[in-house]
Amino acid sequence: MRDLSDKQKKELKRIVVSAVMFFALLIADHAGVFPEKGPGRYLLLALYLVPYFLVGHDVIKKCFAGIKNRQLFDESFLMTLATVGAFGCGEFEEAVAVMLFYQIGEFFQDYAVGKSRGAISDLMSIAPDYANREAEDGTVEVIDPDDIKVGDILVIKPGEKIPTDGTVTEGEGLINTSALTGESMPRSVQTGEQVISGCINGDTLLKVRADKVYDDSTAAQILELVEDASTKKSVTENFITRFARYYTPAVVIAALVLAFVPPLISGNFAAEFGKWVLRACTFLVISCPCALVISVPLAFFGGIGAASSTGVLVKGSNYLELMSKLHTIASDKTGTLTEGRFKVSMVIAAEGCEASDVVRYAAAAESGSTHPIATAIIEACEDPLPESKISDVQTVAGKGITAKAGKDTVAVGNFSFLEGEGIEVPETGDAVQGTNCYVAKNGRYIGLIVVSDTPKEGAAAAIADMYKEGVRKFVMLTGDSEAAAASVAKDLGISEYRAGLLPQDKVGVVEELLGELASAGSEKKRGSLAFIGDGINDAPVLSRADVGIAMGSLGSDAAIEAADVVIMDDDLSRIPAVMRIARRTVNISRANIAFALLVKLACLILGALGIASMWVAVFADVGVAVICILNSMRMLVKKEKGIQP
Amino acid sequence: MKKKFRLEDLDCANCAAKMEDAIKKIDGVTDASVSFMTQKMMIEADDAVFDQVVDEAVKVIAKVEPDCKVVF
Repeated sequence: MRDLSDKQKKELKRIVVSAVMFFALLIADHAGVFPEKGPGRYLLLALYLVPYFLVGHDVIKKCFAGIKNRQLFDESFLMTLATVGAFGCGEFEEAVAVMLFYQIGEFFQDYAVGKSRGAISDLMSIAPDYANREAEDGTVEVIDPDDIKVGDILVIKPGEKIPTDGTVTEGEGLINTSALTGESMPRSVQTGEQVISGCINGDTLLKVRADKVYDDSTAAQILELVEDASTKKSVTENFITRFARYYTPAVVIAALVLAFVPPLISGNFAAEFGKWVLRACTFLVISCPCALVISVPLAFFGGIGAASSTGVLVKGSNYLELMSKLHTIASDKTGTLTEGRFKVSMVIAAEGCEASDVVRYAAAAESGSTHPIATAIIEACEDPLPESKISDVQTVAGKGITAKAGKDTVAVGNFSFLEGEGIEVPETGDAVQGTNCYVAKNGRYIGLIVVSDTPKEGAAAAIADMYKEGVRKFVMLTGDSEAAAASVAKDLGISEYRAGLLPQDKVGVVEELLGELASAGSEKKRGSLAFIGDGINDAPVLSRADVGIAMGSLGSDAAIEAADVVIMDDDLSRIPAVMRIARRTVNISRANIAFALLVKLACLILGALGIASMWVAVFADVGVAVICILNSMRMLVKKEKGIQP
Repeated sequence: MKKKFRLEDLDCANCAAKMEDAIKKIDGVTDASVSFMTQKMMIEADDAVFDQVVDEAVKVIAKVEPDCKVVF
């Protein structure tokens, strides 16, 4: 407990001193030092009041402030009322003990909550503590990250954190981005390249020109996002706050009933009243809903922190809750499930032709084009024809291209384009997946180039993992042709896909899927729908889905803005990992709710029957709170099994 | 307008929930949240009455938890 704040140290001292006094009095009283009856009791009362006020004066002060402000169900008010009631009934030791244990409980709560606040920022560990600024004369001074100005030259020594986003002006090396992306492979950077705050420099010295002030840097924005996430409350949290609003008044009313009704019924009010007041005080002690009100948000806070440490930003507790019950996932194809780059996957040369010639002539014709397919063909060409030889390039949009390469006429395009040019093309059938580019030279078909987009490495495994985590339906949405979509779907083990969609159709498909879910259950009970996209082109779809997940968004403000869950790198396996974290969070908060309610209910019943004393009640109350908090703090344990992807 | 404030010495989670409730009921407030975990308050209100709303919120906070202060 070395990491206590000054306020906490003072509090602890107060508790220890009062506890010592209390136990000394307790022993003395039981040893018979004080008389059982008579004026000697007043001396004992006076002595008991010393530790009582010492440990509880702030509670009593708050109670009076509460009365003045008409906050009658304030916990300070309830504690004061309960302890004063106990004093009134002559139960001095119970009164002091309740106040003492209440304060011990509060102390632990405060400590645990402070600890978890700290744990989140440790978990993130992306906030820089300082920056080294190089002045024009070459001297280096250590400054606060907040004092960085745009254009400052910052020196980043080996092992130091990059304090703000910037451009490398000197040096090259490897930087560790794991705190931001969860990716353990270091990224290499060179002069002129951009680096992002929160990454850790490797073994070489880098000089970086600041492009942003600290507050606008990636690290600061991520921290802000994670902090803000706790303001978007989950259904469970809202339930608890609503519950707390009724719980306390209900228990207080029950206490009043308990104090007056049984003595009235018994017929001997004066003799019975004291006993029932004491039982009513037990009720007041249990009436604080703190265990619930603290532990549930704490679990979500921890869950969001755990997700951040794997490079996933969850922008609200509600989204984490929705991630725990994902039923349907709709996903964009290009760039999300696939690399998003076209590659030549196959070349079929016609009889008597060389495959390399097919590619070379196609590349020549396409050399002026920036179309992704053209780029792929040009890239695949190992010995291109000199550009000076290429002339008369004519493009027919969406169909093909003709050009002259030296003395030869080249035509590249789809089936109908070549047919239109009067070239005879043999049927290849549908066996070949991807986009087919037919190539002809001087009016004669010489071969076929197949260009396709390849699935991302690990995508199939990630999708299988999502199914394992409870996803029932995975739908791939794409603007590509039926054949291209079918091929990728088969490779990735996806049963359902919608091909040939225009960007605006995707919202419609997501709405249709949401409709299917809605018909299966009410808004609260139904499973949720997530859409995975790149976050740049599909903002409307991201916002329409229950949970919009953007991939590969490190450094892209637009994507971070549009999505609810942001995956910093390109790794699809983060999604099932976050689903696991979400499920754990929800389970922990549910366990806490059930545990706290059961113990409180048991205490209320036992208290009403006179079996549980105020001692037991206060243990139940603060003990439950501490246990629930500790349970929630499990979410903060770093690199736990099942969380790391 | 939407603005965030830091809260000092917000010691009780239930109080945070009460504050949030009360602030949401202030005229002109479109959304508000008080987070016990981050010790932060967010108020979203009409521009025209924003300053009044904030004054009112500070009063509400003092009422629910006298020790708790809003940092401007």
